[in-house]
Amino acid sequence: MATRKSTAAPRTESRIDVRKTYKLYIDGKFPRTESGRLMPVRNKKGEILANVCKASKKDLRDSVVSNRKAQEAWAARSAYNKGQILYRIAETLESRRAQFEQQLVNQGLAQASAISEVSAAIDLLVYYAGWTDKYIQVFSSVNPVESAHFNFSFPEPVGIAVVIAPHAPGLLGLVALTAPLVAGGNTCTVLTSEHFPLTAIDFAEALAASDVPAGVINVLTGKRDDLLATAGSHMDINAIAHVDLSADQRKALELQAAGNVKRMIDFNGGELLSPYAILQAQEIKTTWHPVSF
Amino acid sequence: MKKASSRSLQFGTDWTYAPAPESSAHIQFNERYGLFINGRFQAPSTSRYFASINPATEKEIARVAEAGSSDVDKAVRAARTAYEKVWSKLSPSERGKYLFRIARLIQENARELAIIESMDGGKPIRESRDIDIPLVAAHFFYYAGWADKLQFAFPGRSASPIGVAAQVIPWNFPLLMAAWKIAPALACGNTVVLKPAETTSLTALKLAEILQEADLPPGVVNIVTGAGATGAALVSHPGVDKVAFTGSTEVGKHIMRSIAGSGKKYTLELGGKAANILFEDCAVDQAVEGIINGIFFNQGHVCCAGSRLLVQEGIAKDVLRKLKDRISTLIVGDPLDKNTDIGAINSKAQLQKIKTLVNAGIREGGECWQSECEIPSKGFWFKPTLFTGVAQSHRIVQEEIFGPVLAVQTFRTPEEAVEKANNTPYGLSGGVWTDKGSKIFKMTSRIRAGVMWANTYNKFDPASPFGGYKESGVGREGGLHGLYPYVNLS
Repeated sequence: MATRKSTAAPRTESRIDVRKTYKLYIDGKFPRTESGRLMPVRNKKGEILANVCKASKKDLRDSVVSNRKAQEAWAARSAYNKGQILYRIAETLESRRAQFEQQLVNQGLAQASAISEVSAAIDLLVYYAGWTDKYIQVFSSVNPVESAHFNFSFPEPVGIAVVIAPHAPGLLGLVALTAPLVAGGNTCTVLTSEHFPLTAIDFAEALAASDVPAGVINVLTGKRDDLLATAGSHMDINAIAHVDLSADQRKALELQAAGNVKRMIDFNGGELLSPYAILQAQEIKTTWHPVSF
Repeated sequence: MKKASSRSLQFGTDWTYAPAPESSAHIQFNERYGLFINGRFQAPSTSRYFASINPATEKEIARVAEAGSSDVDKAVRAARTAYEKVWSKLSPSERGKYLFRIARLIQENARELAIIESMDGGKPIRESRDIDIPLVAAHFFYYAGWADKLQFAFPGRSASPIGVAAQVIPWNFPLLMAAWKIAPALACGNTVVLKPAETTSLTALKLAEILQEADLPPGVVNIVTGAGATGAALVSHPGVDKVAFTGSTEVGKHIMRSIAGSGKKYTLELGGKAANILFEDCAVDQAVEGIINGIFFNQGHVCCAGSRLLVQEGIAKDVLRKLKDRISTLIVGDPLDKNTDIGAINSKAQLQKIKTLVNAGIREGGECWQSECEIPSKGFWFKPTLFTGVAQSHRIVQEEIFGPVLAVQTFRTPEEAVEKANNTPYGLSGGVWTDKGSKIFKMTSRIRAGVMWANTYNKFDPASPFGGYKESGVGREGGLHGLYPYVNLS
């Protein structure tokens, strides 16, 4: 086994550092992958930074069970409360931003890029924190039907989404795909970037410290190709959000998604900051009631 | 009508209706219909024509062209040319005026269209005359007005058309589904190739004549008739930018697979297995009417039909008695008779499917009850039927029957009703009957379905979005939300 490079910020003090074990984040807990498989994460020089879990199909299925258990209660939380929790994640990230910047740099990013990426991720969370109690107003309607009925339509969360986070940017990509889904009352399982898994698990720790209920966002590190087929064919996943799939991956996933008519949400070309990103993982419900004495 | 038993409502023994048929003597059909491509009717490259029959008599009404893949290709090219050269260049308000024109012509021709709809598809004239065709005109009228107002529909975004839309529609509401597809597509600046269902092509072809009369530019709407192969050729044609399909979940999944990786946009309106839920505090007599309308409207050939009745235990016995009494009064027969409640089953194949599922229901232990009404000897008919003693796992509780067959289950608590209602792969619609407002909102929000009817059922309006959750489809049709499938936003 090769020697490991410290992921802590450089210091002059001579001391044996305490290294972190990176695990998955499922249902508010940090379990190891049930498969027991690992993959090393290296820096640009090829030095090992840490081992991360190579999540298995079973881990993904467990994660979806936890997402399902959490979804209805998450959606039922008040819009105000959901907004506060998203804002809380931003607060937690802000207070730990040095850690995130360092971790991005460890994984190969330039310092300046790391700083602007962490800032963008935090600001994006603040942006969506402010949408939780507004997008429903923007996308709802009272419909003037001809008959004597009161008729209205409004968005509801599609349910459970798998987020295939882009390989880059490692932190911002994950946050940009996840925040609009969660702001809209969905729960999700994130398959993290293969290149930036360490920040993803650091992000999970921020989630755990931010009053995000267990199962609302689960984070799986590993190989995208190991998990795509399971995500595509799983019958209790309602949507898959992605942004940088290859044409072949996309086609394979869409073929499988037909099995339970999954919503395929392609964030490619979409804006990061937009209520239309929230709308992508919403269903419109229309309700009728007679108007009479 | 049969002499009423002692436990039934006592209407007397001579409660009969004299026949009241709508005359179809003045309806003219061509012997055969070509494909409507680039503004004119033309012979199919296949040289094949198939019979469109009246399901109430099994007699042939007319012959309809079977479009082959080269015809589909021609239609898509015509739509593309019309899109690039004419329709996308036309000012939005002019586009809208064509749609208003079409709406008016449909109103003018409403009676004829209603009669053809009932002859070709088997639905009662009362429905085609009072529901289908008025909604068709209203739908065009509604979207006509959107054509030059799209900048107000999408806050912070500007809308542009997608291009050529391939639209494949079912046989249960033939002209209405054509309107649901064509009107928003055209309003948003797209052009269309429409494929009607093979058993019900005639009103779509009459619509083509109306489009000619409206001077709609050639190629803006093309109509290719045929069966599954024609539809498959259309949706997988590389010149198509958007696919819109209404039909079964099975075919919808097939379409998703056939366009996987193509980047085509799509909307799917698929099957359903809606629960109609009666609480003990509901107005029972009104609710019984709602159950009848929910499952027997259009012979139950309705994707959002209330095909599962969930009734709270305390009123189950009463509701069943009233329901059976009411079902016994339903008149099954000649679709053109104004007294008819339930018309003909659309096709022999559909009748067979209904029988197969009903037999499965009996085999799995459900208790089957049918009206004793008389049915004609010729044609395709199925008596209104209900099942009791069925479990959540039974096929007739899980699968869409698309016929006049109601599965009745009971529940004790609202939680149980929600659990049962949501326990199918579908999520198109649902009904809730209660006198308590707070219960309505709790129920309608917890049921995972796109359309919820509270103290009513099976209501439709062009301003009202329609579409499903889960395996009942993707996207909405109708209303402001029905514009989304036909625009790119930037």
